[in-house]
Amino acid sequence: MSDSQNANDIVQMTPVLQAFIDEWKDKQGNLIMILHQVQEIYGYIPREIAIEISKQLHVSLAKIYGVVTFYNFFKLQKAGRNKIQVCMGTACYLRGGEDILLEFEKQLGVGVNATTGDGAFSIEAVRCLGCCGLAPVVVINGNVHGRATTKQVAGLIAQYRKAESV
Amino acid sequence: MAFKQYVLICGGTACNSGRADEIAEELKKELVEAELQVPGISKDIQLIRTGCLGFCEKGPIVKVLPENTFYVEVKPEDAKEIVNEHLVKGRVIDRLLYNHEQGKSLTGTVGIPFYQKQVRVVLRNCGFIDPEQISDYIGRDGYAAIEKVLTSMKPEDVVDVITKSGLRGRGGAGFPTGLKWKFAASQPKGKKYMVCNADEGDPGAYMNRSTLEGDPHAVLEGMMIAGYAIGADQGYIYVRAEYPLAIQRLQVAIRQARELGLLGKDILGTGFDFDIELRLGAGAFVCGEETALLQSIEGERGMPRPRPPFPAVKGLWQCPTVINNVETLANIANIIRNGWEWFAGIGTADTHGTKVFALTGKVCNSGLVEVPMGTTLREIIYDIGGGIPDGHELKAVQTGGPSGGMIPPDYLDTPIDYGSLAKLGSIMGSGGMIVMDDTDCIIDIAKFYLGFTVDESCGKCMPCRIGGRKLLTYLNNISEGKAKMGDLDSMKKICDAMNRASLCGLGQTASNPVASSMRYFMDEYVEHVKEKKCRAHKCRKLTSFSIIADKCKGCTLCAKNCPAGAIIGTVRQPHSIDQDKCVKCGVCFTNCRFGAIVRS
Repeated sequence: MSDSQNANDIVQMTPVLQAFIDEWKDKQGNLIMILHQVQEIYGYIPREIAIEISKQLHVSLAKIYGVVTFYNFFKLQKAGRNKIQVCMGTACYLRGGEDILLEFEKQLGVGVNATTGDGAFSIEAVRCLGCCGLAPVVVINGNVHGRATTKQVAGLIAQYRKAESV
Repeated sequence: MAFKQYVLICGGTACNSGRADEIAEELKKELVEAELQVPGISKDIQLIRTGCLGFCEKGPIVKVLPENTFYVEVKPEDAKEIVNEHLVKGRVIDRLLYNHEQGKSLTGTVGIPFYQKQVRVVLRNCGFIDPEQISDYIGRDGYAAIEKVLTSMKPEDVVDVITKSGLRGRGGAGFPTGLKWKFAASQPKGKKYMVCNADEGDPGAYMNRSTLEGDPHAVLEGMMIAGYAIGADQGYIYVRAEYPLAIQRLQVAIRQARELGLLGKDILGTGFDFDIELRLGAGAFVCGEETALLQSIEGERGMPRPRPPFPAVKGLWQCPTVINNVETLANIANIIRNGWEWFAGIGTADTHGTKVFALTGKVCNSGLVEVPMGTTLREIIYDIGGGIPDGHELKAVQTGGPSGGMIPPDYLDTPIDYGSLAKLGSIMGSGGMIVMDDTDCIIDIAKFYLGFTVDESCGKCMPCRIGGRKLLTYLNNISEGKAKMGDLDSMKKICDAMNRASLCGLGQTASNPVASSMRYFMDEYVEHVKEKKCRAHKCRKLTSFSIIADKCKGCTLCAKNCPAGAIIGTVRQPHSIDQDKCVKCGVCFTNCRFGAIVRS
């Protein structure tokens, strides 16, 4: 059951991940730490890897998916090449975070937690990023853009689109 | 090895996003170049990346010691001038000082209102030391407390000192820390665990993050002392995965402490074994609740379980476990070093010590502040925070995040401690303090918080799962003008039921923002329900836009910007809005240059 977006990728266990699993295999409470490593490598939790972990740790696939779907941090789908995170913490919300989120949705034509058709951008609404002094905050590919306004949205999209084509 | 001057560059998350790391790089480069003018200068001056200095509103901040010059809103381009003017020629750069625009530049932090009423206990090292150098921490009496404890105190003495100090849990609930330790210490010998709760989930709060980023060793030392007191040899820090810098600094700190033999076997030759590992959270607010947090460390879904048994009796893997918040632990070494009498002398009769708050929202000076308990809300918001920007009026202040309550301006002179905030229907919480002004709608805010807790409810118990959703439906109806007066009574009943019957702290407090806002702002609720009016114009369904024909110049700007194509009209003719098509986004209102668009 791989979704169409990832249908052509063959997801394989990397040596780094295998080494990590070997290191953590016998430790108590290892599942979440291993899933963090998976997400760091692949950007999401691919089903093929989940199956492999289930075999190696002797835990059921249902349990792995139970954990993955419980926590917001774990994703089942690959994000866009440019990851837009709009902070929806309280300080950002009060200073207009929602308007910025709506503007990104409007400009890119996709909703939150979705990726544009060309795979270039994905939008995520995130909980507090802890830079409330800079509210409202938008993070794109890890770069923090503080005191953002709806008017900057088009420029930001263009900026990252341009950076991609260079 | 002493340096002639120290240049401190704030390395907190907010300043970093203002390119503080580039500033540090530039300063380093410029210092090397300055060698041509003053040979040896780069060896006389030490650059230090510190933790958060607190004044995030004015970041990035650069401070020069010993003269204590405080530069605000520094840019990487300013590095050359700082080196050539200040460090080489000893001339302070006026344009980078605080209040320069007002013509009243202040050289140091003395005189800056933001710092006046603060007392730094938990944050004493934040902004002074390099958090990635254990020697910096040791140089400020770091690890002196664990040495004192291991060489001259019995575990029960440690518990006794903490109990007498009156320290209460800083994570929100305010349970006496000494008592918690005593429960775990009195359990039979065997495997026990010490857990640090660094899963700071309150949206709009970053106290713990700043402590971990600015002074990670203080938290490690607190955990070691706690471990010794309760008889644990293993500690875990459960930290949010969303805090990469804090994680990295903790990893460095743990490695350095192990290298010096401060963690591991036979610490300081006293026979005490203790080690610390990190466990990452994965974005679930409920994991801040202690039984849910333990589930998560065990690698499970983070669902709370009924208490008793309390974690101090049966916790991690069924062993006695103490869970303390980051800020609680950062207090411990201070109490041991300075004595419980010193700590008990700070604050009020109800609550001793200080509290760190993340002051944000509609306030002039956002930032991280640490004040003695008993400081009033007015002092924090107006004296430290500089009041409300843009001439607006304060409407409410929310303490305790989604679990707290909204406090109206009438109670601004309340001294802050656990008891007085509880009386007002709010809680101390972990330290989020959000200021709202007259452009914020009370119903909208209550909806925001409740939406958050409904989303984060684990679904295990019914009052929280169903009550929260039902309450949110009522709020949505109110903001859309579909509610009846009778609904308000039902809402009060649901709030009460959730509060009394939910399994864990999340459910028990989830209704606080609704209950407190109904208590203090009933007139706004009634206004929404009866008059279908939102005075802050935040509830879109209750707001309508129209164009005053006399004022409209027919510039077509609004029609061009309207995302719904709801504005009709020809050039130089007055336009009008098709109310059926209007989505109430307000773009026309904000952009009109002639004040021709009104909302009602």
